[in-house]
Amino acid sequence: MSVLEVVLRSVAVLAAFLVFPLLVGQAEHKLMAHMQGRLGPMYAGGFHGWAQLVADGVKFAQKEDITPRAADRWIFRIAPFVALVPYLVAMGALPLQAGVVGIDVPASAVLVLAATSVGALGTLMAGWASANKYALLGALRSAAQLVSYELPLVLAVASACLAAGTLSLSGVVEAWSPWWLLWQAPGALVFLVAALAELQRPPFDMPIADAELVMGPWTEYTGLRFAFFLLAEYAGIVVFSLLFAVLYLGGWRGPFDDSLGWLWTLLKGFLVAVLVIWFRVAWPRMREDQLQRLAWLRLLPLALIQLALTGIGVVMTS
Amino acid sequence: MSTPQNPSQSGSKPTSKSLLPGILKGLATTAKTATRKTHTHEYPDVAPDLPPRSRGVIALMEENCTSCMLCARECPDWCIYIDSHKETIPATTEGGRDRQRNVLDNFSIDFSLCMYCGICIEVCPFDALFWSPQFEYAETDIRDLLHDKERLGGWMESVPPPPALDERSAEPAEIAAANKPARMPRGRPK
Repeated sequence: MSVLEVVLRSVAVLAAFLVFPLLVGQAEHKLMAHMQGRLGPMYAGGFHGWAQLVADGVKFAQKEDITPRAADRWIFRIAPFVALVPYLVAMGALPLQAGVVGIDVPASAVLVLAATSVGALGTLMAGWASANKYALLGALRSAAQLVSYELPLVLAVASACLAAGTLSLSGVVEAWSPWWLLWQAPGALVFLVAALAELQRPPFDMPIADAELVMGPWTEYTGLRFAFFLLAEYAGIVVFSLLFAVLYLGGWRGPFDDSLGWLWTLLKGFLVAVLVIWFRVAWPRMREDQLQRLAWLRLLPLALIQLALTGIGVVMTS
Repeated sequence: MSTPQNPSQSGSKPTSKSLLPGILKGLATTAKTATRKTHTHEYPDVAPDLPPRSRGVIALMEENCTSCMLCARECPDWCIYIDSHKETIPATTEGGRDRQRNVLDNFSIDFSLCMYCGICIEVCPFDALFWSPQFEYAETDIRDLLHDKERLGGWMESVPPPPALDERSAEPAEIAAANKPARMPRGRPK
């Protein structure tokens, strides 16, 4: 791989990283508004407020960057990047089509999972370094959530990889067949719920429960650093939606997938993102103990059952 | 989800059994709302549809005002300022008497004080004050909210015709008075 190719691939991944989260964010603005009988942003950019998030970004860039006096200065300042950069790495390893991928590594499923777990560390660092009780409480909730949902998430992905016989995401898509929609359905459900919790999206947004904890770990953040946390959240939605599409919905498999495969992947991923937005609008926040019960008593057994089911299926068909 | 007010629904307690139908119902409700028309009023672009008795601003019909000062005296926060002078109208016929009438010099309402109670409009015996639904007269300086009689008169155009009386309501006072039979002198045989 030449230097030029590395640069081009990096720029392409970065562009996707900056554009897709904005698309999801705008979709959330509009969809949430209409689901609540409102119109949402209508002014920025002229046509139905398409540039609202660009305007928000400009606003965030103009704001003062404050570090509280009692904060752990360096940890506080690098936390947004720790939250943001792992999703950039994960996005680089997500395939959109056979060969259309930032970097094709043999065990890309493991790489993506590892990278996304690091993202939650940024939230922890932010909460601990803020020297603020709300931030600390939020960070501890976030840590508890991470511990309990990482396991079902990994088991669900392991099931899909086991079914495909490979740890490469491209390989999973190659091995995918429509039967998986039924065979891997419990795993898909576990993955979706665990991904929501991992992203700290409603109904699992206890770490940033604004009615109780102001803004949780992000309480003390302003300006661009705060915007980076928001961007990380939406980049996380993009990463997990695409991962869901690749693992369970067959990625680029579909009509004309020789030329339009990437479009299929993006379309499926976008539908999953719409689902994530829809859940936010429809459902109230769960309590901390309900969240833990759901993880350990429902999701984990379900993920194990799926793993056993996958094992049986693989043995029977081979 | 089921609520205490509605015990007839299955599972009045939020148990884990009623959780799944409940969350599906939430999804259905939001999806249904998304397909319906939105309630947003795009106000600066689209004029609002105000009810006929909106209390936007007080308009003055200067011709009807006799400078009687009733409104200024009844105003609870004294935000109406009236100045007038007397003018002599010469007699129209030979040997007749000169008449005097009030001429309004200044009629101002300070809308930074006005609390939109409408007492001035109620109390005016000559129908010189009206409610107008016009509400776009915000100013950046509070002192600019003192509006003189030219400005108040300008709002007369936006005063809607009075709404029709409700069905089966009592007759308007004027009509009731006109329809009342004249009083008979006492002691006269019928």
